[in-house]
Amino acid sequence: MLLLSGCQWAVLDPKGPIGEQERTIILIATALMLLVVVPVIAMILVFAWRYRASNERADYAPDWSHSTRIELVVWGIPIVIIGILGTICWRTSHQLDPFKPLAATVKPVRIDAVAMDWKWLFIYPQQGVATVNEVAMPVGVPVVFHITSATVMNSFFIPRLGSQIYAMANMQTAVNLIASQPGTYRGLSANFSGDGFSGMTFRAIALSSGDYARWLAKVKASPQALGAAEYTALLKPSEHVPVAYYSRVPADLFPQIVDGKLAPGRVVASVGGRD
Amino acid sequence: MSESIVMHDGALALKPGYVDHAADALRDLRWSRDAIDFQVEHHHDVAATAQLGFWLYLMSDCLLFSGLFATYSVLSGHTAGGPSGQSLFELPYVLVETMFLLVSSFTCGLATLAMGSGRRNATVGWLALTFLLGLGFVGMEVHEFAHLIAIGAGPSHSAFLSSFFTLVATHGLHVTCGLIWMAVMMATVLKKGLTPSTQSRLNCLSLFWHFLDIIWVGVFSLVYLFGVAH
Amino acid sequence: MLGKLTLSAIPYTNPIVMGAVAFMVLGAIAVLGLITFLGKWKYLWTEWLTSVDHKRIGIMYLILGGVMLLRGFADAIMMRSQQALAYGHSMGYLPPEHFDQVFSAHGTIMIFFMAMPMVIGLMNCVLPLQIGARDVAFPFLNNLSLWLTVAGAILINVSLAIGNFSRTGWLAYPPLSELHFSPGVGVDYWIWALQVSGIGTTLSGVNFIATILKMRAPGMTLMRMPVFTWAALCTNILIVAVFPILTVTLALLTMDRYLGMHFFTNSLGGDPMMYLNLIWIWGHPEVYILILPLFGVYSEIVPTFSGKPLFGYTSMVYATMAIALLSMLVWLHHFFTMGNGGDVNAFFGITTMIIAVPTGVKIFNWLFTMYRGRIRFTTPMLWTIGFMITFTVGGMTGVLLSEPPADFVLHNSLFLVAHFHNVIIGGVVFGVFAGLSYWAPKIFGFALDERLGKWAFWCWFIGFYVAFMPLYILGLMGATRRLDHYDVAAWHPLFIVAAAGAVIIFCGILFQLAQVAVSIAHREQLRDSTGDPWHGRTLEWSLPSPAPAYNFARIPVVRDRDAFWDMKQRGVDLSASTFVPIHMPRNKGAGIIMAGFALVTAFSMVWHIWWLAVAGLAGVLVTLIRHNFDDDRDFHIGAEEVRRVEGLHGRVHARSM
Repeated sequence: MLLLSGCQWAVLDPKGPIGEQERTIILIATALMLLVVVPVIAMILVFAWRYRASNERADYAPDWSHSTRIELVVWGIPIVIIGILGTICWRTSHQLDPFKPLAATVKPVRIDAVAMDWKWLFIYPQQGVATVNEVAMPVGVPVVFHITSATVMNSFFIPRLGSQIYAMANMQTAVNLIASQPGTYRGLSANFSGDGFSGMTFRAIALSSGDYARWLAKVKASPQALGAAEYTALLKPSEHVPVAYYSRVPADLFPQIVDGKLAPGRVVASVGGRD
Repeated sequence: MSESIVMHDGALALKPGYVDHAADALRDLRWSRDAIDFQVEHHHDVAATAQLGFWLYLMSDCLLFSGLFATYSVLSGHTAGGPSGQSLFELPYVLVETMFLLVSSFTCGLATLAMGSGRRNATVGWLALTFLLGLGFVGMEVHEFAHLIAIGAGPSHSAFLSSFFTLVATHGLHVTCGLIWMAVMMATVLKKGLTPSTQSRLNCLSLFWHFLDIIWVGVFSLVYLFGVAH
Repeated sequence: MLGKLTLSAIPYTNPIVMGAVAFMVLGAIAVLGLITFLGKWKYLWTEWLTSVDHKRIGIMYLILGGVMLLRGFADAIMMRSQQALAYGHSMGYLPPEHFDQVFSAHGTIMIFFMAMPMVIGLMNCVLPLQIGARDVAFPFLNNLSLWLTVAGAILINVSLAIGNFSRTGWLAYPPLSELHFSPGVGVDYWIWALQVSGIGTTLSGVNFIATILKMRAPGMTLMRMPVFTWAALCTNILIVAVFPILTVTLALLTMDRYLGMHFFTNSLGGDPMMYLNLIWIWGHPEVYILILPLFGVYSEIVPTFSGKPLFGYTSMVYATMAIALLSMLVWLHHFFTMGNGGDVNAFFGITTMIIAVPTGVKIFNWLFTMYRGRIRFTTPMLWTIGFMITFTVGGMTGVLLSEPPADFVLHNSLFLVAHFHNVIIGGVVFGVFAGLSYWAPKIFGFALDERLGKWAFWCWFIGFYVAFMPLYILGLMGATRRLDHYDVAAWHPLFIVAAAGAVIIFCGILFQLAQVAVSIAHREQLRDSTGDPWHGRTLEWSLPSPAPAYNFARIPVVRDRDAFWDMKQRGVDLSASTFVPIHMPRNKGAGIIMAGFALVTAFSMVWHIWWLAVAGLAGVLVTLIRHNFDDDRDFHIGAEEVRRVEGLHGRVHARSM
């Protein structure tokens, strides 16, 4: 098993370009604001000290309470900084929109993720296999995750790789990520979903193309298949669920989950489907 | 001294109600403005304050309805395969209901006019008519709900139905509260007559009643007319 | 007969909860016993519980806030200790079912039953005095608002002893909070506590707006109002605008849970995303409702203790209005990660950032008020300087989070938790403590002990940083919020440091409790005999301390901003020789009785005791109608009584003519 590598500050030491771009935004925004924050805090401390009542030598201007020049500066500088940050906001909100496919020369891998109580089910539609609480991806290849929930609202998040996105029932969200280095990364749900929430972690493994092929083969060789009985068993609440592999999974399982046809005890809509 | 200024305590003080005309009063006396430091008797306009307070409450109620309208707008298409407004709403019925409410607004206005000219019995009479029309409106609404529930289109059958029932019933509940208030006011007028305090409350009630009418116009348009057209 | 309620609702098997319940019950018995022993029930009823006097109502709000601060802080200590312990093989001492209730209660209590009452309490105590009024516009409504808030607080405390509290966080997102996933009574307790107290808050909003617009002293134009009054005006406009949305959202969730409707369920067309939008359309302005009044408090404290007028009054006023308006346009930043798309996220990110501009202007205005002043480091000023530093840091992390891609990796992490505690503790809590120590002489007639106050400040200030800086780091390490257990070794030491910070804050609270006790014991030494202990600038300082029941014997005519400072410059004589009778509203029991029936209704709704709920509602209605027919609403304080009271404070002189 590959160990978590390097510094523990996952968000500041990402292992993929999405996370790296997000880190850059964090650092730039922080730096721009420190331009204001550091002088402000310095002034607070300096003014408090210098103009303390016991310091008779400091100027005392008891009738001075207005200065157009100062007003222009205190409105103006923040407006400029917010202008810069706002521009960054507009550009990067579009660039880093989780739904936006990544530019790449290779064909992306599609992985479907289903949040359950309290584990993650991963379905590989292109390969027809499924896993619980472990997802592997090839290094340097864009992965498009399609995400839904078979239960309450969760949030699909691999901090080392970048953006999280909510997992919600009866709909699917998507996030495009890519790993630039091999490694095993921590995955979790970032939206509280009940008593088993803290055990709802998964392993996200980035592998070289050879290792990835071997991993897929290992999953395909699993004696378990994900049929109706297994899925029903998965729907039951369980915590700290160990990794499981399924060698076969029905092609329409994910679409059916998204359409809300397989929720436990759910009133199935009449013919004509739900909106 | 003058009609507006008294000597009080060695200082000049304004008689109540004259603050706004202080400049005029001072010009009369040719004193400098600075001499007046305190107002002896202070009466603020209680009736105007009560009116403002009630308007503020109405604005909050408006926002309450806007939340329900927004929810309805978002969820009106979520019929979950079940019936939509088109199949459920009967416009002629709703039109009659609407007429009850609109006419009751008119009779409420007549009650206000009667109150303004001090005619106690006429006020109560018009209020009673308003009450009956409002009761008719609520009765028809309850009947509509009962019918929908009986045919399996109750509020628990889809998000659309939930939001329809809740929006319309919230309005109906407000109307019902208005009816209770109206009954209390009729009793109050009969017991105490058209005192300033009673008149102030009647003004608030009629504001409330007209406000509910306006909300109903919104409901009728957004829910029923739109619902049938789509 | 009793709905779902049975004896097994009392959590006998949980020693921690039973311990807390025992503590609560013993405390209640002690208080009730003391009142009985001292024979003070009649006094309590006639002078306090039925009081329509804004000054008394304000004090009761402050007491409520103080008590609930202790309750909410107990939850905080439990969370910090659990997370310091629960690494790896250790599961800590709180199982998830309990931990989840603790963090839900902590947030709910701190926002709704600590911060809101404190803020509304300060406004009640101070606002009418600042504008030269004798009371608020609707004194009876004021009383009702207080008791509705208390009813909500009681309900939450009852949930500790009977049944459970919600396990869905302080905002109860569906579908987790729907009946299917939360079948117990916890979410219902949450709903009804908020619904009842929310009505009280909305009524307060109406009350204060009417007061500020209609009851100012003659000559006090809008641009001569103290900044605290301006802040209160903007705050109450926000309250009236957004609390109805909370009412609606809670009602819709109630419909889902009680009547099987489908607003936010996972089936038949329900849409949980709608809930997030609605709850945050309320929720974001709510946090501005909390902070704006405290910005007003700081705007009073800094000039007073710098010996200079506030720098940039006009821009301060416009900045406050801008913040209030913008606060209604930013709500989506609470769920950037819901998949809204680039356009929507960018729009809300930009509006969120824009708020930083007027907020920054305020900080600069306070800074330049200090500049070339003569600063006295009293306890209120210490809290204020602590706020300025801390809030600046918190605001910075807020702007950082307002960049959607940054939020994508930090949303719901401990970084977020650190940010909002940074601004709420640094801004709201420090501000409440600043306001309390500043206005204590006016409210209680004696100042609070300065030395203990300073000790308390340093503990809170240092404790805050020790408790929350590790959380920023944890967030950057990928730690999410609301975890009752974790398995990353590197996080463990940081959680221990955070727990130590909580202990330091606890020491601060102990100092504050000591401060209250010592101040009461030494009240004669600490007495404010002039009414103006700080060389104040606004009208409340022109009154004796504590202010008499009628506030002003004579209403001052205002000529300038900083009305009292102006009066002092002109040498206005505050004493008089003739007095007139003063019109006063009579105390009424209908408010507390209605709130009592509302509490019965709410409790019955939680436990599905339908007949009792109907009876409770009927009780509210009957009391209201009886109040309508009650004509004994007011009385006059005679001129001689006014003379006597004014004489006690040296405000009478012999007739000069």
